[in-house]
Amino acid sequence: MIETTNLAYTYNGSEALVFPDISLTPGKHLLVVGPSGAGKTTLLYMMAGLLPPEKGSIAISGTELNSLTRKELYKLRGEHVGLIFQQYHFIHSLNVSDNLRLRQSFPTNSNDKRRREELAKRLGLTEYLHKKTNTLSQGQQQRLSIALGLIHRPKLILADEPTSNLDDVNCVKVVNLLKEEAEICESSLVIITHDLRVMSHFQNQIKL
Amino acid sequence: MKLGYLAFKNMVSKPLNLLLSLLLLTLSVALVTFVLQLSGQLGGQLNKNIAPFDMVVGAKGSPLQLVLSSVLHVDVPTGNIKLKEIATLQNHPFVEEAIPVSYGDNYKGYRILGTKPDYLDSYEASLGDGRLYQKSFEVVVGSSARSKLNLQLGDTFISSHGLVESAGEGHEDHPFEVVGILEPTGTVVDQLLISNLESVWEAHDHEGEGHEEHDQEGEHGHGEHEDHDGHDHHGEHENHQEDETREITSLLIKFKSPLGMVQLPRFINENTTMQAALPGFEINRLMGLLGAGASTINGIALAILLVSGLSIFISLLKTIRERRQELALLRTYGLRPQELLGLALMEGLFLACIGFVLGWTLGRIGVWGASQYMQAAYGYVLQVRGPEPTELYFMAIILALAFVASILASLSIFKLNVAKTLSDV
Repeated sequence: MIETTNLAYTYNGSEALVFPDISLTPGKHLLVVGPSGAGKTTLLYMMAGLLPPEKGSIAISGTELNSLTRKELYKLRGEHVGLIFQQYHFIHSLNVSDNLRLRQSFPTNSNDKRRREELAKRLGLTEYLHKKTNTLSQGQQQRLSIALGLIHRPKLILADEPTSNLDDVNCVKVVNLLKEEAEICESSLVIITHDLRVMSHFQNQIKL
Repeated sequence: MKLGYLAFKNMVSKPLNLLLSLLLLTLSVALVTFVLQLSGQLGGQLNKNIAPFDMVVGAKGSPLQLVLSSVLHVDVPTGNIKLKEIATLQNHPFVEEAIPVSYGDNYKGYRILGTKPDYLDSYEASLGDGRLYQKSFEVVVGSSARSKLNLQLGDTFISSHGLVESAGEGHEDHPFEVVGILEPTGTVVDQLLISNLESVWEAHDHEGEGHEEHDQEGEHGHGEHEDHDGHDHHGEHENHQEDETREITSLLIKFKSPLGMVQLPRFINENTTMQAALPGFEINRLMGLLGAGASTINGIALAILLVSGLSIFISLLKTIRERRQELALLRTYGLRPQELLGLALMEGLFLACIGFVLGWTLGRIGVWGASQYMQAAYGYVLQVRGPEPTELYFMAIILALAFVASILASLSIFKLNVAKTLSDV
């Protein structure tokens, strides 16, 4: 569950970005669309607690981010937020399986092998589990990035252009997977995209 | 997953960086531990060898040579001295014990020493097998000599002239018989074949006649002749008492009173044709010279160590810059900056530990190699020992160095802008 009120952010020397309020109950989805430079990624980082908003407030599962100590914020982020990046970020010294294992182990120190295998299977990554991340294709990397955002069953899934490098078949797969995961884990799902193939799958949309 | 696993994976993911840092670290640790062991063991062994005796009396010449030859049995003797000249010393009130030694022959490079059984007591050498020599040409064998020469009780062998192995003349008339085998003492005794004084005299008596043949060290004994009182003097006593014409190589003395140390060496050096040398003093002087060499090598090792610290620093600094995005990713996983610092620290400390263990092992292999060489050349054995306290201190220094290098290299972790770093392509 996530609620934002009166969010605004200003980058040096440019106009202030003002964001519409967002309120998502568990299991609900939201699509954020808008042109480049409208502040889509900025909104995402603010919701993930990575970027403190200039104005306004954010609450995840009823917890006001402003009221948290740093340590509590890190813990909340690790436990309840699943980030799917536009640019893929992996730990390159670890293989695919270990990357997933690493994400599982913070901050709750779990090591659920079945979850990894199940998710890998649904994303078509099973045969790549023991490969190095830099040997994967763009599409495979994107799917791994999605797996990393979902593996720890976060309460808030934040996806930044999750389908930009996927073909039509995989695009549908991923959209369905994100919806299913959000439903099973009762997570709120926020997707930033300008992918027309994705837009048709979601009713709840806001435009920046 | 533990952070340690990640740190390890990160470390081995850059094998060339790892290799360079490890190589430098290993090299410096190997050098330092090797030199420490070498000088420590050598010094320890020398001190153990000279411990039983306070003073050596021998023919005039270099005092260091006298100590090296008569106490440590590595150099050639300075010459011989006459038994009658030492008679007064043996009964001197300051002297607790005076042990004559005489030598000049070897068997396959191992020295045959003629002395009194007291010599063995001085080194607390006990018989492991057999019995003590009772008459001439019976010999007890030191443990290392025994195993190298493969001698058994009852074996006989022919000694050859001089102190080094050669195909030269042997004393075929007088085969030595092994009657006893000594327990290992960790001293020079282990390298010796020990018999009575008479064996050495008799072996050379029969070679020919005339005094010249008493020269027990072959070509090395020339100094001796110049020191003699003169042949006339010599002849007067020859008939009266055989003992007076007998010669020994040197007399090893233990003082009863510290006054002996003050008075006797000076007295002997000024009033007799002999010289007195103090083993402790000479060995200290020798170790001082060796110590300068050891400090030089330690200095070089220290320089390499600093370079290796620098290399750890640079390689970590580079890695942390390269991995900025990975570190930012870990921050989104909920890791605190302190934990990321811990990650970098672990990487540095792993490296230091591995480098130390490798270097230490290499150092010990070096000690083993040096021991092989020194045993062949000088009969000295170095032990390959376990870790020693000084080495643990050294390890602490290396860990501290790696710690500082890692911290300095990781400071940028605290300044990491997560959102910006993740958006950078």
